[in-house]
Amino acid sequence: MTVEARKPPSQFGAGLRRALGGRAGWKGFVLQIVFLAVLIWLGYEIYANASANLQSQRIASGFGFLSQTAGFNVSQTLIPYSESDTYAHVFLVGLLNTLLVACVGIVLATLIGFVVGIGRLSPNWLIARIAGGYVELIRNLPLLFQILFWYLAVLAPLPGPRQSISLFDSVFLSNRGLVVPSPQAAAGFDGVLGALVLAVILSVLLRLHARRELFAKGRVVVIWPYVLALAIGIPAVAVAIFGLPLTFEFPRLRGFNFAGGLRIVPEFVALTLALSTYTAAFIAENVRAGIQSVHKGQLEAGASLGLSRGRTLRLIVLPQAMRVILPGLTNQYLNLTKNSSLAVAIGYPDLFSVFAGTTLSQTGQAIEIIAITMGVYLLISLVTSAAMNFYGWRINRSLGA
Amino acid sequence: MKHRSLVVALAVIAGFGCQAASAQTLKAVKERGILSCGVSQGLPGFSAPDDKGNWAGLDVDVCRAIAAAVFNDPTKVKFVPLSAKDRFTALQSGEIDVLSRNTTWTLSRDTSLGANFTGVTYYDGQGFLVKKALKVNSALELNSASVCVQTGTTTEQNVGDYFKSNNMKYELIAFGTADETVKAYETGRCDVFTSDISQLYAERLKLANPADHVVLPEVISKEPLGPMVRHGDDQWFDIVKWTLFAMVDAEELGVTQKNLDEMVKSNKPELKRMFGTDGNLGEQLGLTKDWVIRIVKAVGNYGETFDRNVGAGSKLGISRGLNKLWNKGGLQYAPPIR
Repeated sequence: MTVEARKPPSQFGAGLRRALGGRAGWKGFVLQIVFLAVLIWLGYEIYANASANLQSQRIASGFGFLSQTAGFNVSQTLIPYSESDTYAHVFLVGLLNTLLVACVGIVLATLIGFVVGIGRLSPNWLIARIAGGYVELIRNLPLLFQILFWYLAVLAPLPGPRQSISLFDSVFLSNRGLVVPSPQAAAGFDGVLGALVLAVILSVLLRLHARRELFAKGRVVVIWPYVLALAIGIPAVAVAIFGLPLTFEFPRLRGFNFAGGLRIVPEFVALTLALSTYTAAFIAENVRAGIQSVHKGQLEAGASLGLSRGRTLRLIVLPQAMRVILPGLTNQYLNLTKNSSLAVAIGYPDLFSVFAGTTLSQTGQAIEIIAITMGVYLLISLVTSAAMNFYGWRINRSLGA
Repeated sequence: MKHRSLVVALAVIAGFGCQAASAQTLKAVKERGILSCGVSQGLPGFSAPDDKGNWAGLDVDVCRAIAAAVFNDPTKVKFVPLSAKDRFTALQSGEIDVLSRNTTWTLSRDTSLGANFTGVTYYDGQGFLVKKALKVNSALELNSASVCVQTGTTTEQNVGDYFKSNNMKYELIAFGTADETVKAYETGRCDVFTSDISQLYAERLKLANPADHVVLPEVISKEPLGPMVRHGDDQWFDIVKWTLFAMVDAEELGVTQKNLDEMVKSNKPELKRMFGTDGNLGEQLGLTKDWVIRIVKAVGNYGETFDRNVGAGSKLGISRGLNKLWNKGGLQYAPPIR
């Protein structure tokens, strides 16, 4: 005989009420609706008032300007661009330049930050002092000053293009930037690219296999010689079959500047260096705090297992420290991205400079342009935080917390 | 607590109800007791603080003339230094009453910015400044050059047009302020600094060795520079416009700061109308009858202002050129005061 379990009374209504109204129940829900309505109304008032004022002063409004011709040049473009392109195109050019500085800056800042942060805790007196001095010096000087320092004191005194420092007549360093031979896709490009992808996939599979062996059977499989062989061997075979993947176009001095080749402008170098060294000082402190938050017993446990200090740090301390490091690290990534808008001081064509600067003053449409720019910076920041939160979630999961 | 936030919210909403842009600039200026005038961040000859911290220059004198006409006191001006990029926003938002900052009159600026140009204080054109050591004699030899420019100027687009129409390549590096632009040119980041020619002469004075730099002969654009006011206040527009005209008319009629007292006694009908001893033309503008006397007493006529700030009597030493009076072969022409 089966006893029919009595169904619990439906919690749906009560649950909904709690979710919508909080502790105050339905009354709270009504209040929230009223609050939302007031917010929407306020937003509408702001919008209506602004557009009425723009209208009465006959200031142009709307987003039609985006399809007008920009008419000005930009010194660094990652996508093809000329004066006859539109303001929308300028926006993209600026956005990509901002993202480039942010990405390169974040990678460099993280590397320097971790090295310095770990260095500060080094038992070596000299290394610890140098790292400490770096942090104290760099984080206490204004960022704008540091950008101008790199630009005007370090890069500007380089010789002019005609007297540039050259390496094998193919790499040139001058106050116009670093010019290197630019790679051009040749016949074997697709084939070799495919071979590289294949090598990477095979290496990943190999690593998965090695881990499974380690966890399942406790057997250590050394894979790096195989990975190295794959990474060199497969592309080499591809080159033999398809031909060389790249040819190089060499820069030549013609007139005032170099023609051909790939040029890294000094504005980019100055901005990236200043941003990454500055942010690295803060990241270093984050890293130090994270490491110090891990109980000393963990270090001692590592030592008593016979692990070297480096391996103890890498395998035991840092993974646990990451939980503490990560939120601060996210903040620093966001800071770096937003600080890149100081680019205008040295003429680097980032989003803020070419769009919220030049485009704004040429079209005069402050409200639209500032709104777009704000939205974009917000979006970049939210995406960055989302990625970091995902990484944090994975760390927490793997630590079983 | 609840009530207070309600009051705040109501106050905010009530604030939105008002017109942000007042149509009564003259009244607002008089109530404030001081004229707010947007100028450059330091361009010798046009608007720059001198060694005692007093603003001086052609653009500055326009503001002093307006203040003199309104308050009978040319010192009642608050100068707001603005970068090229920020100037229009400052005018639109009402932070300044008049923008007198070597600004080029173009159609789009006259319409879509919500502002009006009131006249031309200086007929200029765009040119190029290069180092003599480059041995360049013409702008047409500048193919593949790096060009430094201040962002937010007409210059930026003119240079694009010029290089494109002459099939030349160039690299444009745009900086936020004039000082940063000149610094980059001086350190050799650029081969060329381009701007309005008057500005090239002014900035050249700031370089370590002005004689090592030369302005190329080509003038690649028309740059009529003049003051701007907001749309929607015709009275204020008239006042600024006629202040400029009064300075030019005073020169044409031979009225100077020195001979002003004698001229006021003159019986010539034109002069009597101008000085308000006959009729009430000044009052029709919303000013006083003696408005022109106030202006000339404060800054002199147009020619005197020009000479003192940018012309023969200044460090810049720019010749009058296009800025001579119309009856002396130039373009400066003002409608009659009658």
